[in-house]
Amino acid sequence: MNQADTAWMLIATALVLLMTPALAFFYGGLVRSKNALNTMMMSYISLGFVGIAWALLGYSLALAPGSNWLGDTSMALLNGVGLAETGAVVPLTIPHALYMAFQATFCIITAALISGAIVERMRFSAYLVFITLWSLVVYAPMAHWVWGGGWLADMGAWDFAGGTVVHVNAGAAAFVAALVVGKRTDYGGTSILPHNVPTVLLGAGLLWFGWFGFNAGSALAASPIAGLAFVTTMLAPAATLVVWTFLDILRSGKPTAVGAATAIVVGLVAITPAAGFISPMSAIALGAIAAVPSYLTLIIRAKTSLDDSLDVVAAHGVGGTVGALLTGVFADMSLNGLFNGALYGNPNQVLIQGAAVLTAIVYSGGMSFILLKVIGLVIPLRASVSDEGTGLDITQHGEEAYLHTGGASSQVHGA
Amino acid sequence: MKLIKSIVRPNKVDDVKDALARLNISGMTVTEVRGHGKQKGHTAIYRGKEYNVSLLPKMEIEIVVPDSIADEAIKAIVQAARTGEIGDGRVFVLPVLESYRIRTGEKES
Repeated sequence: MNQADTAWMLIATALVLLMTPALAFFYGGLVRSKNALNTMMMSYISLGFVGIAWALLGYSLALAPGSNWLGDTSMALLNGVGLAETGAVVPLTIPHALYMAFQATFCIITAALISGAIVERMRFSAYLVFITLWSLVVYAPMAHWVWGGGWLADMGAWDFAGGTVVHVNAGAAAFVAALVVGKRTDYGGTSILPHNVPTVLLGAGLLWFGWFGFNAGSALAASPIAGLAFVTTMLAPAATLVVWTFLDILRSGKPTAVGAATAIVVGLVAITPAAGFISPMSAIALGAIAAVPSYLTLIIRAKTSLDDSLDVVAAHGVGGTVGALLTGVFADMSLNGLFNGALYGNPNQVLIQGAAVLTAIVYSGGMSFILLKVIGLVIPLRASVSDEGTGLDITQHGEEAYLHTGGASSQVHGA
Repeated sequence: MKLIKSIVRPNKVDDVKDALARLNISGMTVTEVRGHGKQKGHTAIYRGKEYNVSLLPKMEIEIVVPDSIADEAIKAIVQAARTGEIGDGRVFVLPVLESYRIRTGEKES
């Protein structure tokens, strides 16, 4: 047991947990005011349902020894997940229970990320069932393949903090969810504008803050590698933001605030798989390069009928893919002590990274499709058209985000 | 000249705007309002207390048109804003005595 490592991982876990509320503000500001609470609840509710699913079963499926393909149920209900070091799971110098909590925060935010594709029309109950099952059926196996000693790790694919497991995974699920749930009734025709850009900026800023726990915490120790991951997490999004600003100016003559918030997220996503593997200067290059494909995807997506409402595919799917591939380019063994990328004489690494990304897209896309179709047999996936028109805050939650007229309401007698 | 004040569902504003644009009526003022007619409102729950929110969010669209096209405009608004359910809103028509353009100070007819 190492006290410095334990102290750092306690902080890192709290930082990553904060990313889910941050995502709620990011997504919540991007929708119309009649759906603000519903959109934010889609993130917040993951803290409860996915968090519990993880403790009861998900952690064991993801990180118990099991096979190359899946963990087992030996740690279900946190059996054996105590205060001693992790031991056989991953040899760490922190309490096993803390490692479980750290991993839980990743699962929670990954499930919540998907909501961006289906906001403003998905029925809340169907969404709830979907992300809870998704965390067990899609996330847990994928986490096992990469971090639990599964076959992608054996193949030599490297993913420092979850570019593939978290972002490509969520991006593929989001693409499928947008397709299966279908576009918003008024998509394409009317103006659907963000109702509160300041909260979008607040969310992006808090995501960046929490992401230091996400990436530097993925060193799983208070180590030099944690320091490296911290620095790359600071520089890559900065570079993305600079390039994005120029792209905005080129396209419309003005640097936009929603664009800046998006750029920060894209840069954070892209550096995630590479954070503890590449040099700070490489991180700047990676962040700068990552701006372009995501920017183009945003523009092209908006011209299609795919209503990935908050562009999860462009930010997380494409950003995660670019980051995973560039990890195979920029990785520097003299820093990470594990492997080199193409720039350091190991071009093969890019292919391995590509294979892992492709696996994530196929598995997550396929399983998410099946899951949504099965849930759709039991619960309608969409809110009714009239509920969608009124807004999901009132119809799904019985609340409004902004109720200025206090005199407009009266307490129901006896309640 | 007539002032046509329409109170419609928030998600019908774009439809009404498009319908009016087809009649070449482009100027309008839109205000977020709350109110109720026959619609009962909804029950909101905050921290265990139930409230009846009787004033619901609506949008008010004001346009001023020559008498000659008022009927046509009213018909277009009603058609565009209707869902057939309670809560579709109202259209009020008022006479306008005079109208001035602020930039030039000229009186319009």
